[in-house]
Amino acid sequence: MAVKAIDTYEFEPADKAENFHGACVIYAGWDGHLLFSSPYAWPLPPDLPFAHFIAGPMAEIFGQHPDWAGIDWNSAVWTRNGEAFAPDMQASIAANGLSHKDALRFRTPGRDGLNGAGI
Amino acid sequence: MDMPVTKKKKLGLKERYALMTRGLGWEPSYQPIDDIFPMDRFEGIKIHDWDAWEDPFRLTMDAYWKYQAEKERKLYAIVDAFAQSNGHLTLSDARYINTVKLFVNGFAPLEYMSHRGFAHIGRQFRDVGPRVACMMQSLDEMRHSQTQIHAISNYNRYYSGMAEFRHHHDYLPYLQVPKSFFEDAATGGPFEFIVAIGFAFEYVLTNLVFVPFISGAAYNGDMGAMTFGFSAQSDEARHMTLGLEVIKFVLEQDPVNVPIVQKWLNKWTWRGVRLLTLVAMMQDYMLPKRVMSWAEAWEIYFEENCGALFRDLARYGIVMPPCVEQIRLERDHLSHIAWCHFYQARGTSDFHVWLPSKEDMDWLSAKYPDTFDRYYRPRYEYWAKCEAEGKPFEATAVPMQCQVCQIPMMFTEPGDPLTLCQRHADYKGEQYHFCSDHCRDIFEDEPEKFIQSKIAGHEVFKGNAFRPGTDPTAEGFNPAAEALAFFRIEHGRDNGLHNGSTDERNFALWRGLAKAND
Ligand SMILES: [Fe+2]
Ligand SMILES: [Fe+2]
Repeated sequence: MAVKAIDTYEFEPADKAENFHGACVIYAGWDGHLLFSSPYAWPLPPDLPFAHFIAGPMAEIFGQHPDWAGIDWNSAVWTRNGEAFAPDMQASIAANGLSHKDALRFRTPGRDGLNGAGI
Repeated sequence: MDMPVTKKKKLGLKERYALMTRGLGWEPSYQPIDDIFPMDRFEGIKIHDWDAWEDPFRLTMDAYWKYQAEKERKLYAIVDAFAQSNGHLTLSDARYINTVKLFVNGFAPLEYMSHRGFAHIGRQFRDVGPRVACMMQSLDEMRHSQTQIHAISNYNRYYSGMAEFRHHHDYLPYLQVPKSFFEDAATGGPFEFIVAIGFAFEYVLTNLVFVPFISGAAYNGDMGAMTFGFSAQSDEARHMTLGLEVIKFVLEQDPVNVPIVQKWLNKWTWRGVRLLTLVAMMQDYMLPKRVMSWAEAWEIYFEENCGALFRDLARYGIVMPPCVEQIRLERDHLSHIAWCHFYQARGTSDFHVWLPSKEDMDWLSAKYPDTFDRYYRPRYEYWAKCEAEGKPFEATAVPMQCQVCQIPMMFTEPGDPLTLCQRHADYKGEQYHFCSDHCRDIFEDEPEKFIQSKIAGHEVFKGNAFRPGTDPTAEGFNPAAEALAFFRIEHGRDNGLHNGSTDERNFALWRGLAKAND
């Protein structure tokens, strides 16, 4: 709905891609691992290979969980903004079709949190 | 010659009120009233009879000065005595100081925002009655902000995390939640503001803020905070009555007002409760001596008191906001979710955190038998193990945030406490994420407003959280350290764990000195 106002009410979105100096904001959350209180956000170079996103920024935070080391990434199940998504590990963020402010989630079957309790 | 003496008759309350409010107004003669008051119609609220508005307290300026000055004298006598007798050393425990930090950073600036908001809309209503009432409330809110800051300045002399409360309110990520709440209200029209703040916040939710903080202060030996609480409470009672009066007045004026007011109630009850996440956490985790749990406070102050209120408003066609269903489902999770988040995001906070002790956790299990042991105790036990091993768990990455409430996306799906909740919307080629259906509904009602949100994490990525003159291309540039410098957080002093903090050490040292002979 339009905002009720005393005059024309139109604004530029504050977080358009071009405001991020060439980076593309990507969110990622690890389902079944509530030790991490929320998904996190990273400004990524679009040419970053997806595998490097995992091995770099994601590992830095998620690597604190005992489930992280030795994940079989072939069996990981991903979604992007709620829809199924199958990343090509060698391809870049852009070549994977990811765009600014995409929200990824992933599940690692068999690794379901501390004592398998989702935490 | 004898002059006839006319004994001045003292005016009655009603007459004085009439003279000092509407009596001060006038009919404009050379400008149309719509041009003088252009702001009180665009929201679609229809008022036919402004005279039907009545201030239930009939408070006039002269009475106001007298009454408030008296309270102020008492308050400052106690605040001074507190300072002179090192009142901060009588606290139950050094951890309590973090409640004071949360209050001065998270709440006192909102009093000031409220002062500004009421001053602003006090110019916008065409009738003198509500204008005077708004002016009076604006003054109250200014005083609340001042007395809170004065009382808490006694702590600021000794402990960290309070000195930059204004700057933190403007920039520190977690404080963008309260800031955006008020900015949203202040950028509505005068009727939305008064429903949002005067009714939803002051009437529906204020007890859930005041009772925990002020009773918490009393239980934990904080005379200063307790006193400003009591000093403000009589004003709050007046604000609550006023809020209720306004809502009834608006609802009675025209049936077209009802759906508009209902929409605002739905929005502001949700935004208010999202904001109260901070209070829930304070109540369950930050008071060394606890008053009652968040769940208990919710039962008394919302379910009982506000349940009755909404039953009363039913005759106007107002129903309980639908978000209350979800709030009930979150009742036994809210404080735990928040503390788990603040524990791990402690690097960008201006107060300290700690893991609940065994006794704390037993209390939490008793208060939250259905949720604590199953969902939250395992996290704390694991983190305690990490701390014991010298590798404390910390999330240094930037959390994903909700576009509307701006809270990190830490809430779980209603009814499914092991799945984080996420909602999504597209608008004009951009995508947005939300913590809940209710925040998404608020966005979709006014997308053009919320696409302007300053999301704290994004501001860092855009380079807006660096001090002037910073060169992000310089060799060895550390964006995280630079952002902390911009936020004015002294790493290792203002943020981090309570155990081992300078505050903890100093409190123990000074209290020891105060109790020793030499
Ligand atoms: Fe206030
Ligand atoms: Fe939200």
